[in-house]
Amino acid sequence: MKTVKVYGPGCKRCETTETMVRETAAKLGLEVAVEKVTDPKSIAMAGVMSTPGISVDGKLVHAGGLPDAAKLEAWLSA
Amino acid sequence: MSADITTPAHPSRPDWQWHLGVAAFAVAWWLVYRQLRPLSEWITALLPVERHSHSGEAIAFFLYDVPKVMMLLTLIVFAMGVVRSFFSAEKTRAVLSGKAEGVGNVLAAGLGVLTPFCSCSAVPLFIGFVSAGVPLGVTFSFLIAAPMVNEVALVLLFGLVGWQVAVTYLAFGLGIAIVAGFVIGKLRLEGWLQDWVREIHTGAGAPADIDTAHPGMVDRYKLGIAAVREIFGKVWLWILLGIGMGALIHGYVPEDLMVRIMGAGTWWSVPAAVLMGIPMYTNAAGVIPIVEALLGKGAALGTVLAFMMSVIALSLPEMIILKQVLTLRLIAVFIGVVASGILAVGILFNLIF
Repeated sequence: MKTVKVYGPGCKRCETTETMVRETAAKLGLEVAVEKVTDPKSIAMAGVMSTPGISVDGKLVHAGGLPDAAKLEAWLSA
Repeated sequence: MSADITTPAHPSRPDWQWHLGVAAFAVAWWLVYRQLRPLSEWITALLPVERHSHSGEAIAFFLYDVPKVMMLLTLIVFAMGVVRSFFSAEKTRAVLSGKAEGVGNVLAAGLGVLTPFCSCSAVPLFIGFVSAGVPLGVTFSFLIAAPMVNEVALVLLFGLVGWQVAVTYLAFGLGIAIVAGFVIGKLRLEGWLQDWVREIHTGAGAPADIDTAHPGMVDRYKLGIAAVREIFGKVWLWILLGIGMGALIHGYVPEDLMVRIMGAGTWWSVPAAVLMGIPMYTNAAGVIPIVEALLGKGAALGTVLAFMMSVIALSLPEMIILKQVLTLRLIAVFIGVVASGILAVGILFNLIF
């Protein structure tokens, strides 16, 4: 099972990103543990400068703006 | 929002169709834009009101200004969305790290306008910059310019008040960001960061596998469209309300109501405007209607610009966010320096114009 972290202090885009991750996982029939990281310190420590950021199994795959739906599918199913 | 933009199931359109579409849109935009005035007059003439009555004036104003501002906003936000796709916080940081003060401040203010930025990521961005060796003052130039000089504010000023004011706002907004950042840099306040920020060493280089693939032009168009949707979702109501208010003032309120309170002759009006602006927090779209209303009632331009800059650039919620990385002393210096800059701009303006 993959662990996906969504980095974002809680702006609207970050929430949308989290929803997108959950919905994409459900659509692909994948079980993923989605974790939301909202603490600015932890976000910065992860190397994310523009939010929302996404990491899959500890690897940062995206930072800044909403993720592309097709790419998100690729990250989750890789 | 972008969930419906790309689904791999659909074969995507060939690139030339996109280019053609964007070009056709630009032409159509120009043709419609040129006809807005006659169109609004024509519609007003159809309504059962006397054209030169109060309500006739108000309606004509509303019918012309709303589509005008919406069209300008669509075009500029789309264009900026496309332009911003060439920039990213990571690239900007690479450009700015190790830059000397002075040049660095100028670059940072310029890049602050062009780099995609959301005030909600101010803290991670601040840490990312400082930990990668971007000088503190240069980082501040970026953080002041990014929210203050934005396309929504400029479009609304251009559409509702005039291009001279928009250009002046752009120039002075950049000026304040450059000078305030430079001054903060000269004060050598690195010791006034929160302890954990000074100790942090994020993996300074850009994280390895992040979207570094160059997006194609079509992807950039899509980003532009996404920006238009997002901005419109946020501001359309403000614009309607604001222009509605402006229309009422245009039609009904006597010209010189505010002259005594916010006119150029009142020495305390600029400081009062700056002070009033600090606790107020809204986006550019929310403040422009007020600005237009104040100008319409005869308030002095410098006072109004100072108010607007203060609302956008100095806000309590942002200070509370920044408190996580800056000590109170440093925040106080930041507010002091930026407020002085805005004050100077306001007073200068009232003297010149």
